[in-house]
Amino acid sequence: MDFNDTPEEAAFRAEARAWLEKNARPRTSMTPTISGEDLTAEIVKQSQAWQKKKAESGWACITWPKEYGGRGATPIQNAIWGQEQANFETPPDVFSIGIGMCGPTILTHGTPEQKKRWIPKLITGEEIWCQLFSEPSAGSDLAGLRTTAVKQGDEWVVNGQKIWTSGAQICEWGILVVRTDPAVAKHAGLTFFVVNMHSPGIEIRPITQINRGQGFNEVFFTDVRIPDDQRISAVGNGWAVSITTLMNERMSIGSGMGVGAIEDLVGFMDGIEIDGRPASEDRQVRERIAEFVVKARGLKYTSLRTLSALSQGKTPGPEASMSKLVGAVLQQHAASFAMEMAGTSSALRGEAAPAQAAWQERYLSLPGLRIAGGTDEILRNIIAERVLGLPPDARADKGLAFKDVPTGPPKA
Amino acid sequence: MNFDFSDDQKLLQQTARDYLAAHSPLSTCREILESDAPYAAALWKGAAEMGWQGAVIPEEFGGAGFGHLELAMIAYEVGRALAPIPFGPSVFVATEAILRHGSAAQKSAWLPKLANGSAIGTFAFTEKPGQNAAEAIAASVKDGKLSGVKLPVADGDVANLAVVAAKENGETGLYLVDLAGSGIERKTLESFDPSRSQATIRFDGARCEKLAGADANAIARLLDRAAVLTAFEQIGGADRALEITRAFIVGRYAFGKPIAANQAIKHRMADLWCEIEIARSNAYYAAWALANEDAELPVAACLARIAAADAFEKTTIEMIEFHGGVGYTWEYDCHLFYRRAKQLAGLLGTPKYWKNLLIDRLSTKKGAAQAA
Repeated sequence: MDFNDTPEEAAFRAEARAWLEKNARPRTSMTPTISGEDLTAEIVKQSQAWQKKKAESGWACITWPKEYGGRGATPIQNAIWGQEQANFETPPDVFSIGIGMCGPTILTHGTPEQKKRWIPKLITGEEIWCQLFSEPSAGSDLAGLRTTAVKQGDEWVVNGQKIWTSGAQICEWGILVVRTDPAVAKHAGLTFFVVNMHSPGIEIRPITQINRGQGFNEVFFTDVRIPDDQRISAVGNGWAVSITTLMNERMSIGSGMGVGAIEDLVGFMDGIEIDGRPASEDRQVRERIAEFVVKARGLKYTSLRTLSALSQGKTPGPEASMSKLVGAVLQQHAASFAMEMAGTSSALRGEAAPAQAAWQERYLSLPGLRIAGGTDEILRNIIAERVLGLPPDARADKGLAFKDVPTGPPKA
Repeated sequence: MNFDFSDDQKLLQQTARDYLAAHSPLSTCREILESDAPYAAALWKGAAEMGWQGAVIPEEFGGAGFGHLELAMIAYEVGRALAPIPFGPSVFVATEAILRHGSAAQKSAWLPKLANGSAIGTFAFTEKPGQNAAEAIAASVKDGKLSGVKLPVADGDVANLAVVAAKENGETGLYLVDLAGSGIERKTLESFDPSRSQATIRFDGARCEKLAGADANAIARLLDRAAVLTAFEQIGGADRALEITRAFIVGRYAFGKPIAANQAIKHRMADLWCEIEIARSNAYYAAWALANEDAELPVAACLARIAAADAFEKTTIEMIEFHGGVGYTWEYDCHLFYRRAKQLAGLLGTPKYWKNLLIDRLSTKKGAAQAA
């Protein structure tokens, strides 16, 4: 067991740090930026410029194959890069979905032609990607989705609606899972595509969240045509491909949980009085913060254990679901607690409450994180069933053709 | 970076697991629980033959000369088996104290006996309920004679040697006391977990030797080290409790299906699994800090201690609940885990104490960083 870098890792770290020092400013504030929100043209431009700069020097998509423009490096090196980059001010990231989920899915399931077509421009930041999975009536039960694609000659014609699509309005491409056969069981009738977001028949409408952010969209498909060479994997294999995306999604959401900021509560306590005494002398306050820190550190060290497993050639399994499950609840509870400590001024927001504004913002954004990429309840099912081997939930749609699955209460 | 135990360490762990499966099934824990015997003497002897008590004692003193990562693996297995032996107090505290602070003569006198199991060590620290502060100690030393009352002392009725916290000229220090000497009165106390023994010791001018190498911070450092190793013992117990519970809820049918198929149960099982993984990751980090004598050890020990104590307790609470009525019977093993979780949580100061300590240590670090 060794936390220190090997000589090779130390050399890689030094190289990464040297490049960052030359190309970015050191970070001065740990206040997290909520990425994917309010994507102005200026933010997109900054984000693309930073991605391009990294790609030109081989620092974009560290683990992706060299032949498509990646660095061909190890997961450990990728983690070292992430640790170093976190110490510098970088623009909001509009590539987290493309690089975190879409790219890995195409690299796993795409043909060599498809990889050549899409991966290089994903790496250089020329093309931004989004994910078209959830639907109004298919969230946790994703495989119950109803958007259809029907084959006409060399093309597929898509009709239906997707929802919760981050950044749809700025994207060139999206990954899309649709129903191509309603006569078979729900998982078996799905097919996976890449769709150009400028295709005729696509309409994008932003959704306003409870925090007034507009990170998500509804995307409507009316007779949208997709060439068959943009199909990923076989017809009917869409569920297997989607699982690759979802596992990558949980890992990338989980790893970006910002749990490091939990320890800021220790300092936050200094500026607050309870019954005329510093909050730092209140045992209940101290013990709650200690509990938060224990969880946050535990998540951090868990990610290091996962990395060690990766470096030994093991694939992270369903246990990767833990970091998002524990991290999102933890942050919501920590934010609630920080607001409680702030007393009556917890009623304020933004510039009216500068000392704790970040916690207020988190409290408003965290409900979304507990749902995105698999709700707490779905993640608990995954851990219970795939890690602990407990029996699956009873399913009323088991063995039924999709068209025969009940979709609402019986008509009187 | 490699944040995992080595293959050799895992092999040692497997050997320990196999040995305990053969020599310390849960019925061994129950035998001690139900009898007047303070601990499983045959198991203690067998463990010594396996080299466990002497794991980190150098070979020149009859030990195995392993490091603390190896000892952590053994601690985990001792915890999994709920082994009813005075392992923690003797190995994690008394042996550590002599190894770190003892003179050459003290090492020669005690380490070989501790390594081969012929001597049992313990730590006599607290004197009254709720106490964990070294400043509040009343036991005192004058002219090499110790006086005072210690309560509770884990294994105080069977130990041959005590490492005692006491004051001399107003300064707190650590003292070795051979419990076979005069001026010592011991009394076995009723134990919350009767598979582990508790006692009170009255010292009345008992002969003692100062552990001269122990400075003002020695007690805190000693507790840190013991906390890391105890965390592995606790996680071992939590893992086993979860496994037993898992097997039960899969086999137990109600309403025509296994009770494990209900989300009310399976989701709580998933939460327990997460609690234990969080504890495991914190404990790994602390083990690394311990094995490398890293400056992070004080913070890491708090993290490991809090997470492991909480995870073990929560798992055993749900263990009884998920077993239903039979889980509340004396006959089923759930209460062995339920008791042991609380016993280990109190042993080195409860999580409440360690949570406050963690905040102190994080604040000090932050202050130091700002001053720098």
